[in-house]
Amino acid sequence: MKKTTIITFAVISALFLVSWIAKGMFTEGSSPFLDGFLVTLAAFLTLAIMSFLYKDNPYYKFAEHLFVGVSAAYAMCLGFWSTIVGNLIPRLSSGISEFFKVSYIEGDYNFIYFIPIIFGILLLMRLSPRGGWLSRWPLAFIVGTTAGLNFVRYLRSDFINQVSSTIVPLMIDWQGFGHFFSNLNFSATGQLVMMFSNLVIFIGVTCGIIYFYFSKEHTGWFGRASKIGIWILMITFGASFGYTVMGRISLLVGRITFLFRDWLEIIS
Amino acid sequence: MKRTVPLIITFVVGTVLILSVFIPPMENLGENFTLFFDIIAVFAFFLGGGNLVRVHFQKISRKSDDFQFSFVTLIGFFVMLSAGLFKIGNPGDIASSVTADGSLFNTIYQSVFVPLSSTMYALLAFFVASASYRAFRAKNREATWLLIAAFIILLGSTPFGTMLTSWVPESWSIFHIPNLAVWLMSSPNLAGQRAIIIGIGLGVVSISLRLILGLERTYLGDDSA
Repeated sequence: MKKTTIITFAVISALFLVSWIAKGMFTEGSSPFLDGFLVTLAAFLTLAIMSFLYKDNPYYKFAEHLFVGVSAAYAMCLGFWSTIVGNLIPRLSSGISEFFKVSYIEGDYNFIYFIPIIFGILLLMRLSPRGGWLSRWPLAFIVGTTAGLNFVRYLRSDFINQVSSTIVPLMIDWQGFGHFFSNLNFSATGQLVMMFSNLVIFIGVTCGIIYFYFSKEHTGWFGRASKIGIWILMITFGASFGYTVMGRISLLVGRITFLFRDWLEIIS
Repeated sequence: MKRTVPLIITFVVGTVLILSVFIPPMENLGENFTLFFDIIAVFAFFLGGGNLVRVHFQKISRKSDDFQFSFVTLIGFFVMLSAGLFKIGNPGDIASSVTADGSLFNTIYQSVFVPLSSTMYALLAFFVASASYRAFRAKNREATWLLIAAFIILLGSTPFGTMLTSWVPESWSIFHIPNLAVWLMSSPNLAGQRAIIIGIGLGVVSISLRLILGLERTYLGDDSA
């Protein structure tokens, strides 16, 4: 290990140690040193991840590896308590249900719940070099379930519902031309804007779909509609991009606020 | 056995789930299969955890590059796993929630998982900013639409955007930049999203059908496995 690395490590450790002691001494509560440690740890991990902006370094790698381990265990624990203990055990055995203090659900066909257990164990066979092929059975079950559920779900929500939401009346709150022209304005909630919005949605969706239709050459009126489809899609991508940027910036502001308010207590 | 049984399982399960929508007595079977799926998915998490442990133990035993960090992963994994499975420090008994306040599991979640995950995503702000520089150049008409849409959305989310058009009268309020941003999201953006969603919907339906009928078999891998 290089001398500079050791010095940097020592300086950073000392700084965070001082931070911990200072937070412990000046924090109020039942366990100030523990609270101080937790805030300092969170600050260290935040800065460790941010250090990647400079370049890949051991602090970032430390935080990254810790994240992988902790998040894997987090998902496992939540799955165990919510699905295995919450849904499976109450249907399997009254004795184990009593141990976990969950209500036993009586049923004539509860034995069928051994099927997912068997499939689950077969899935774990993937870790074995010889019986790996057995994991295809539960995988096939997962694929079959996903395909069966998605077939109906996507057909209903992503196709039928989307089409029916697009084909809507363009004349909203229509009470004749006299009423329309006498109340004509560009208010965000006004009749004109609402009607224009529905028109944009209808034309946008139609042209967008035309753009994705590749079985006919994009020439003539079809080509022009396809061109409008591209514009609509570019607006969509721009809006989504802008929205994503704002979301990420909000998260960054959240982390910086944590560092300056909760850790350093510079801002209130 | 290696290929036929999985194909039969996929066909039966997929068909039953589709039929359960149309035949009310089969509804219960469909619900059971969904629960089976959830239970097997938990085993998949266990498989992921087991694989993670195996990979990192291998890295340590082979002393691969940066193997020291594998200790960090394993320690983080086992500490979090023990805290969650044994409900260490939970204020109530075994019936209390695993995420109860005061438990070691929740403490690690709040002090380690939350800072790490939110900073990891926040870090993307810098990379997105650099990507914006490249994407937001009005080289042609399409790129100009992208630039204008993103610019209005960004401006509409800031107080500066509100201030810039605060003089616009109420009867023209669609031209207030925040209103324009909302309109952009709810009309042209919605139209584009919907066109994409309809395409995705049709794609998912066709691939589901191919999977159920056994025409799509790539998920089985090759026979050498």
